[in-house]
Amino acid sequence: MNHIYLDHAATTPMDSQVVEAMNPVMTNIFGNPSSVHSFGRKARQYLDDSRRVMAGSINADEKEIVFTSGGTEADNLAMIGTALANQAKGNHIITTVQEHHAALHTAENLEKQGFEVTYLPVNDKGCVNVDDLTASLRDDTILVSIMYVNNETGVMQPIEAIGDSLKDHQAYFHTDAVQAFGLLEIDVKQLGIDLLTVSSHKINGPKGIGFLYVSNAVKIEALQFGGEQERKRRPGTENVAAAVGFKKAVELAVRNKAERSELYAAYKNQFLNRLSENGINYEINGVPEQTISTIVNLSFPGTNVEALLTNFDLSGISASSGSACTAGSVEPSHVLSAMYGKDSDRTTNSVRFSFGLFNTEENVMEAADRVAHIVERLTK
Amino acid sequence: MKSNSDTRVVVGMSGGVDSSVAALLLKEQGYDVVGIFMKNWDDTDENGVCTATEDYDDVVRVCNQLDIPYFAVNFEKQYWEKVFTYFLDEYQAGRTPNPDVMCNKEIKFKAFLDHAMSLGADYLATGHYAQVRNNDGTFEMLRGIDDNKDQTYFLNQLNAEVLEKVMFPLGHLNKSEVRQIAQEHDLVTASKKDSTGICFIGERNFKEFLSEYLPAQPGTMKTLDGVEKGRHEGLMYYTIGQRQGLGIGGSGEPWFVVGKDLKANILYVGQGFHNDKLYSDGLIASEVNWINPVAESFTCTAKFRYRQKDSGVTVTKMDDGNVYVAFDETQRAITPGQAVVFYDGDVCLGGGTIDEVIKNESRLDYVG
Repeated sequence: MNHIYLDHAATTPMDSQVVEAMNPVMTNIFGNPSSVHSFGRKARQYLDDSRRVMAGSINADEKEIVFTSGGTEADNLAMIGTALANQAKGNHIITTVQEHHAALHTAENLEKQGFEVTYLPVNDKGCVNVDDLTASLRDDTILVSIMYVNNETGVMQPIEAIGDSLKDHQAYFHTDAVQAFGLLEIDVKQLGIDLLTVSSHKINGPKGIGFLYVSNAVKIEALQFGGEQERKRRPGTENVAAAVGFKKAVELAVRNKAERSELYAAYKNQFLNRLSENGINYEINGVPEQTISTIVNLSFPGTNVEALLTNFDLSGISASSGSACTAGSVEPSHVLSAMYGKDSDRTTNSVRFSFGLFNTEENVMEAADRVAHIVERLTK
Repeated sequence: MKSNSDTRVVVGMSGGVDSSVAALLLKEQGYDVVGIFMKNWDDTDENGVCTATEDYDDVVRVCNQLDIPYFAVNFEKQYWEKVFTYFLDEYQAGRTPNPDVMCNKEIKFKAFLDHAMSLGADYLATGHYAQVRNNDGTFEMLRGIDDNKDQTYFLNQLNAEVLEKVMFPLGHLNKSEVRQIAQEHDLVTASKKDSTGICFIGERNFKEFLSEYLPAQPGTMKTLDGVEKGRHEGLMYYTIGQRQGLGIGGSGEPWFVVGKDLKANILYVGQGFHNDKLYSDGLIASEVNWINPVAESFTCTAKFRYRQKDSGVTVTKMDDGNVYVAFDETQRAITPGQAVVFYDGDVCLGGGTIDEVIKNESRLDYVG
């Protein structure tokens, strides 16, 4: 049985060009970029090159890029780092109920530390309403953190309008762009973004690296202490090989953005059409027109997500749903609960499929047939 | 017949040594083994950690050692509705329930079995110490060969149709052999302690746990002759034949719980392990399940508690579906709510719930 990967929103395979770019670095470049000798300088060159590409990809300055271990750390640094550094200006933070746990649990932690947090609702389209945001803004609001594209539904949030609405307000605007970067055109200056989270392994780069864009205008505190790396905002010896792989992944993403979006959207449509041809009854969670090309979240009435996912996996289809609890069982999705209510069947019968590098038209069709077969069996 | 490699067996894995070895043995026999962890209870410990996490973690580690896929399934809702509600209702009725019997009946061999079948499984396997025998198309359940571990008592509500789809890979082994197999294969659960007590209570204080769900109503403790002997903390905390925790001092033989009056909220106590009031000669059982059809009246052996030796009985079916069980010899501390399980040699015939305790052809009202 061939295994078909439809979970690119969880992580992606590395592009072969990324591996090729990393191999010589892992083999030959071992210096510490902070060392002031030839080995260190060589490593530092690779790191600087990478940083330049990161900055260019979002129209930022090199000094505004902080390498982190990934998206989770970048979200933590963005939110806690600015909250702590700007307490003199206020105590209020705004985010949404549908954030990734990396942001949501960070906000909850800030509440425990005494910050006041407003969680904006989302509508049944999976979208946050800008009017809700402006209504919640206060003089003492210091940070607004709203994800760019929701990781479960793929619904794009009105980032430009949010940036606009914050133009004349002291609050910083942070967005977790982990699911958007590499597919959407992101210009932080034009969009009024102050902090932006990106992760390497979601765009066919290596795991264990990401970056946080921190606008020069932002006052931020470090969350860990040590050396001078990343201008003291994120001390610790850098992972140069990963940074080089990340750089290659970003270059490829920037270059191929349009084609990729088109290709993955085609996969998505082929997948959905094939399900329909097979007579499968499904509903799309979130409004399709506002959904990113790679992700589709489907509700299969009359089924149960645990039976679906287990059956899918046993027939070689890798997909996912919400998040697993620490004891392995599938928790009802907080995103779908926010959109449709806690008691909606959609919270217990929905699966996310996400397309990407692993896929071909052929394996997408094959996957749709297997999915259809299973759904048919379970709803008989 | 399907080859083993084409036969999918879902193994219910708890994170304990028994189900680990069950999975290992099936894997060695070449089956298409799938490990599934059931989460039936939502609880967090004092550090906010989900108590099922450690067990699931062990399931993951063992499955990775065996190179089999693993999944989890959540039956919290079903468990609450079918097992825990029954558990509380029985305590509220002054009886001593057996949640493990109910869990096997409603969850493991119903909801979980259905789930396994929905995954295309041919069989469901568990680490229970029991055996299934196909006797020319009639599926029977036999005791596990380890007398000390035999778990058919808890499986008495299974029927032949279910047993046809069930495997007990440990039934022909002794516990010590199971441990040894686990050690030989270096399974991470090889020396993990066996779980004790009721699964959802775990190591916690039983009284404390129960008091979170049911209000305790303290009352008086009396002898059946009406002599007051002190106070009890709530009838639900006591079971027939219990000695501990009565707090009656003085000279003479120790005191035991002999009965309960739920209406008047009185706990009856009597002196001496062999107090006559603790003895009975028959019982009436309800919720009776026969694994395969039996005669209207027959003799066999029975257990009234787990790990008790069998006793000779005569079983007679009654019009209402209940059975009357007459004991060959009088029995001590027969407890309403517990299971009575019937055997013909090593074959488990089925069982029921003890409803009424009988002596000299009349109901012992004081037992409750």
